[in-house]
Amino acid sequence: MGDDHGATAGWRPQSVLSMAMNGAAQIVINRVSHVYRPPRGREVLALQDVSLEVRRREFVALLGPSGCGKSTLLYLIGGFLPTVDGTIAVEGRPVAGPGPDRGIVFQHFALFPWKTVRSNILYGLEKVGLERAEREKRAQAFIDMVGLSGFEDSYPSQLSGGMKQRTAIARTLAFDPNILLMDEPFGALDAQTRSLMQEELLSIWQRSRKTVIFVTHDVQEAVYLADRIAVMSARPGHIKAVLDNRFDKSDPHIHKNQVFIDKVDEIWELVKTEAIKAQGERR
Amino acid sequence: MLALSRALPLILQAVAWELASRLELVSASVLPSLSDVLASWWEMLRSGELIVNGASSLYRTAAGLGSAVAFGIVLGIAMAWWKPINALLSPVVEAFYPMPKSALIPVTVIWLGFGDGSKILLIFMGCMVPVTIGAFNGARGADQALVWSARSMGASRLRMLWDVVVPSAMPELLNGIRTALALSFILLVSSELIVAREGLGYLIGYLGANGSYDAMFAVVLTVAFLGFAADRAYQAFMQRMLLWRE
Repeated sequence: MGDDHGATAGWRPQSVLSMAMNGAAQIVINRVSHVYRPPRGREVLALQDVSLEVRRREFVALLGPSGCGKSTLLYLIGGFLPTVDGTIAVEGRPVAGPGPDRGIVFQHFALFPWKTVRSNILYGLEKVGLERAEREKRAQAFIDMVGLSGFEDSYPSQLSGGMKQRTAIARTLAFDPNILLMDEPFGALDAQTRSLMQEELLSIWQRSRKTVIFVTHDVQEAVYLADRIAVMSARPGHIKAVLDNRFDKSDPHIHKNQVFIDKVDEIWELVKTEAIKAQGERR
Repeated sequence: MLALSRALPLILQAVAWELASRLELVSASVLPSLSDVLASWWEMLRSGELIVNGASSLYRTAAGLGSAVAFGIVLGIAMAWWKPINALLSPVVEAFYPMPKSALIPVTVIWLGFGDGSKILLIFMGCMVPVTIGAFNGARGADQALVWSARSMGASRLRMLWDVVVPSAMPELLNGIRTALALSFILLVSSELIVAREGLGYLIGYLGANGSYDAMFAVVLTVAFLGFAADRAYQAFMQRMLLWRE
């Protein structure tokens, strides 16, 4: 028995392989372009030749000016839009459509307005195949986690923006996707709520250790949250630079911390030219 | 108290009606007194005349409206969700929309005769239009992010239609059904007035032609009351369905 165990543990090729798998990219975006065809008007090249790899449990921010196609890229990863030009693979398999391995959180919450907080969270759990009692328990655990105890039976229309987004995050976390796609999730919130939610997200992420792809146009937000920042250019969007952003974020006054300020300045320089370009284009 | 203050105008109107004919301000052949009308209403209720004809009318309305709702929901959502179906059917619906449906009364009689069938078909055709349009507009307004959320939580396309598109369409759909409900009474009475052997509309025409004006007015009041009660009940139902909308 003992010998068998030793033999299994010592079987190198497999452990090397699994280590490589963990270290290797979970999401591989390879030379993706995307043309947006509005119902009326001319076609727009939204993304051009985008390549990016995201590792398991990494927090990557897609940072760029409005209209640079960063949300489009997120929707392609989510499988909501078809990838026609280039390839996107998750866990080695090309993305063929939406799936519960990739949860998404939208800027405007996308809660089902006809369902209560609890029913919204239960919705994703119904498809997982848990027993009813287990689903209820899990929903309650996530309601408690995001601090919405007492609001289980409220409808979204009765909640503040921050509470709606907490519900949306709880709903997505509850069905336990490996990958969290976040589309400017705090963009519709006021400054105070936003900063609290950022803190909360960071602590949730540190506990759950999911892969996060976070779309934002806010440099400070990206610097505060992400391990790596992919800076995108103005339309047609492509990846201008990918920057390592790992540094000590435990400082409670991080926004006044010199390392933080320098990071923000550095990245703002990169984003600024693109933001100006994007402005010019809109005029 | 509130109920009384809301009923007060109606009570005043009833009193004015009674006085107008009692004081012979209008002749009884133009407007029989309310008390006479109520007396003949009671008489017709006891003889069963009102029940038999009322049941026949209600059956026609329920069958016509019910099938129009079922069909219109499916049609409207299908049109909103599959472009080929929309391309094929929206010209038909648009052409049919402004047409006065009462013009079809003789047509439905030729097709289905004097009985229930022709009335049910007429109500079905007329009511289908507002239901379809309500379902179509409501379903088209379904938020893309909600659709995507449901899909990412493992809902199949068909399941998503039921879980997201149908409830999203609900407010407009329910309004469309309310329009259809009012229309169903109009079409019912007009078709029964023109060609029928029973029904409340038939009774109004028959009694009027025979000079039984107080009885005729009693049936008119009955129809008005049924329409009012149906709409009130429907509104209560609608409010319950849309509780989530603050």
